[in-house]
Amino acid sequence: MTELTKLTLSAARDGLHNRDFTAREITEQHVNAIEDAKELNTYIEVTTNQALQMADAADEMIKSGNAKSMTGIPIGIKDLYCTKGFHSCAASHILDGFKPEYESTVTSNLWNDGAVMLGKTNMDEFAMGSSNENSYYGPVKNPWRAGNSDKDTVPGGSSGGSAAAVAADISIATTGTDTGGSIRQPASFAGLVGLKPTYGRCSRFGMIAFASSLDQAGPLTKSVRDAAIMLESMAGYDEKDSTCINIPVPNYEAALTGDISGLKVGIPNEYRVDGMPGEIEKLWQQGIAWLKDAGAQIIDISLPHTKYALPTYYIVAPAECSSNLARYDGVKYGLRVTGDSLDDMYKNTRAAGFGDEVKRRILIGTYVLSAGYYDAYYLKAQRVRTLIANDFKAAYEKCDVILTPTAPSAAFELGDKISDPLAMYLNDVFTVPASLAGLPGVSVPAGLSAEGLPLGLQVLGQAFGEEQMLNVADVLEKAAAFNVKPTKWWGE
Amino acid sequence: MRNLYQGATGDWEVVIGLEIHAQVISESKLFSGASTKFGSEPNTQVSFVCSAQPGMLPVINEECVRQAVRTGLAMGCQINLRSVFDRKNYFYADLPQGYQISQFKDPIVGEGVVTVDLEDGSTKDIGVERLHLEQDAGKSMHDQHPSMTYVDLNRSGVALMEIVSKPDMRSAEEAGAYFKKIRSLVRYAGTCDGNMDQGSMRADVNVSVRRPGEPLGTRTETKNVNSIRYVMMVIESEIRRQVDVLEDGGTIDQETRLFEVATGTTRTMRSKEEAHDYRYFPDPDLLPLEFSQAFVDELAKEMPELSDAKKARFIKDLHISAYNAGVLVAEKESADYFEELLSATVEKSGKQVSELGTMVSNWVTGDLFGALKKLGKGITGSPVSIAHAAELLSLQVDGTISGRIAKEVFENMLESGKSPEVIVDEKGLKQVSDTGAIETMIDEILVANADKVEEYRGGKEKLYGFFVGQVMKQTGGKANPQVVNQLLRPKLDG
Repeated sequence: MTELTKLTLSAARDGLHNRDFTAREITEQHVNAIEDAKELNTYIEVTTNQALQMADAADEMIKSGNAKSMTGIPIGIKDLYCTKGFHSCAASHILDGFKPEYESTVTSNLWNDGAVMLGKTNMDEFAMGSSNENSYYGPVKNPWRAGNSDKDTVPGGSSGGSAAAVAADISIATTGTDTGGSIRQPASFAGLVGLKPTYGRCSRFGMIAFASSLDQAGPLTKSVRDAAIMLESMAGYDEKDSTCINIPVPNYEAALTGDISGLKVGIPNEYRVDGMPGEIEKLWQQGIAWLKDAGAQIIDISLPHTKYALPTYYIVAPAECSSNLARYDGVKYGLRVTGDSLDDMYKNTRAAGFGDEVKRRILIGTYVLSAGYYDAYYLKAQRVRTLIANDFKAAYEKCDVILTPTAPSAAFELGDKISDPLAMYLNDVFTVPASLAGLPGVSVPAGLSAEGLPLGLQVLGQAFGEEQMLNVADVLEKAAAFNVKPTKWWGE
Repeated sequence: MRNLYQGATGDWEVVIGLEIHAQVISESKLFSGASTKFGSEPNTQVSFVCSAQPGMLPVINEECVRQAVRTGLAMGCQINLRSVFDRKNYFYADLPQGYQISQFKDPIVGEGVVTVDLEDGSTKDIGVERLHLEQDAGKSMHDQHPSMTYVDLNRSGVALMEIVSKPDMRSAEEAGAYFKKIRSLVRYAGTCDGNMDQGSMRADVNVSVRRPGEPLGTRTETKNVNSIRYVMMVIESEIRRQVDVLEDGGTIDQETRLFEVATGTTRTMRSKEEAHDYRYFPDPDLLPLEFSQAFVDELAKEMPELSDAKKARFIKDLHISAYNAGVLVAEKESADYFEELLSATVEKSGKQVSELGTMVSNWVTGDLFGALKKLGKGITGSPVSIAHAAELLSLQVDGTISGRIAKEVFENMLESGKSPEVIVDEKGLKQVSDTGAIETMIDEILVANADKVEEYRGGKEKLYGFFVGQVMKQTGGKANPQVVNQLLRPKLDG
């Protein structure tokens, strides 16, 4: 039998629909591969029994002619999503033992379409991090290593487990969440496609909140087509999320026409940041050339407030997180470390339950919202956020999509930046602006660094312009013809 | 001047503002579908949202929005077509989210003015600063276990309206009248049941004192006062305390205080230094609340008649006194009872509304309210039905019984629950208007008291009452007084 774990989502779908193999078979192969790849630490919990049950149900759907694109596709779910009766702890100690009595809307949508849950993937605690080193369950190892090095690299974050699982072929695709780049940056580090939709495209109901005004669900996949297929299943209006927008979900796959002639691609001057490696600049130029060759018109644009995006993000996101994480107090669920008084219980529980990065952001967030500092930090950041959104609005008067690098570097070594938060935050320099503006972005693997690590290019779209954005990403992907896989060093 | 307080060193003026928390009448909570039913078993009215489960999101309950707008309209306030929900962050065991969703900078209702009635018959305008919607917290129960606190989340997330006054009140009486007026308005509007003993309404009381004409003094805030009487006690107590402190050369600390019912005084709850920094910011889970003027207009059209309009109508159309009208409209139930009784009496007696208004209003505010007060009941618990009351008043109107007999019959009605017609029949209380019979009786009395007749005719006119009394005595009080007068006077003067 062929190695079903190597299939893209679209190929697996076609194989399942053609009855070339069953959902049970493809699921079992993944379950075995997961067992073999334990040392990558991608999954926090493997839900084998559930996966097999769901696979059997998917096979029934296929037999009865009710198969959808996602039917029988084994996927990993980021631990940030609440999955009824299963581990849903945002990779945090403070949610120890928490199993929700409800299902997130996005996963419900996937299960309704017949997708199969392999397990819950590792992540940075509460989605805070860019290397997946901030997990209570330990760091995730990127299947990719530099050249002939035996040193581990990070898979990016916060959806690091989701990225590594797809890169290691132990999941056909995975769900991620993106607050400031948490899908796109790991996709770039792991040679994958990672899509963050427009804010409001996917419901946030049942997704454990980090920064509510920024959090969005999205897929990590092996191809642009896969991302289109999976997004269609995940997206949609949900009255349980007041920030979810009621716009019909298009057939994203049908948007992949390959025709981008005459399309205007904006190149923002401000994304040439200091210290960016030459190879990234080179790849970007290559990307521009590919799109030009495909008939696109290249337009220089300016996003003048780009340099304020990171500081703005690191005020807005911690502010929201400091409030969103207040509910983890030891009273209702998860970890409780008792004390002599209610205040002691709070202190003991939160001191033990949160990791360093989460504590750092709660402190920053509490500070910027405090009386006397609110105007100088939070309010100012909100104003700058509006200016950043206005930059994009003005740019989209001139162009249809924007092309940028996804991250300023390839995957770095495990432990390299963990003691330098600011260096870590710089990873998100190209992804954060679109997050602040609520715009969609997709990272496409476009080449390898000199060390042989994958590098991604990012296509940004207009609000609810995912179809056009995916079409450009698809053209880029075909031109790049990135078909390298990490050399397997783990397992048997 | 009426509103100055005499201290040992001179006069003081008190400045009072109230923040009234009124629970919205709604089936479900402000941001979740959980029921708001009062008195349920602990933690049975709790959804995933109001217990702050991870990943849960608030969704606004539109009925609560309508209720807030109705209340704003009832208070004559500006309605803000765009308002914003903010998070008020603080930690407490019965606050599951670690923040309360409230409205800080942009409330749903803006400024307005309500007119309150004072005891001396005057009125005063009190400014309303704003009304905003917010979630209630749960309840901590410290007395269920020796070392643990239990938490009941049934109230968690229930919609409250916080109605903030301007610092326009200058005495406990004014503050009491204002609280009473707001309670009446929300009950008329059907937006809050006003049940203070169930916690549906409570007030935070802000009090400061100053020398007349000087700038505002430092205020204290006494939290969660749950009756009009207590609000007035808090104010009296705070005036005394603050004036004493200041006259002794001390200063007032800006602080939060608690009212102790047992002593009728307040004590420090937390000082300014211990005050929370609530770190308000717009709730990113909720978009700004926006609605159209048409939405407001529609609600305005459906608004019931409110107390001020009702009072004006009672005075103008029913010709009843301003005092009676004020007493009747203070509670919607009283006004409703009065109006129903009036129309039932009109129907029963065949008289005009204008002829009966004063009589019926006197009876309700006098006889009925007096009896209810003695029974310790409210108007809704009245043992006398509208039908029986209308019967009683009609018997009086058509001359079947006198006013005095009517009071006797009413007493009997309260005890027996029988209809007044039955009582009048059984006890033979029908008024005697038979001129022949009364004339015969008068003649006999005049003969039997010839000496008194002489004295009367000799100028001792006070004796007239004696003769009337004799007639009444012989008829058991049932003689129609008008008929007696018509017959007696000419015979005596004759």
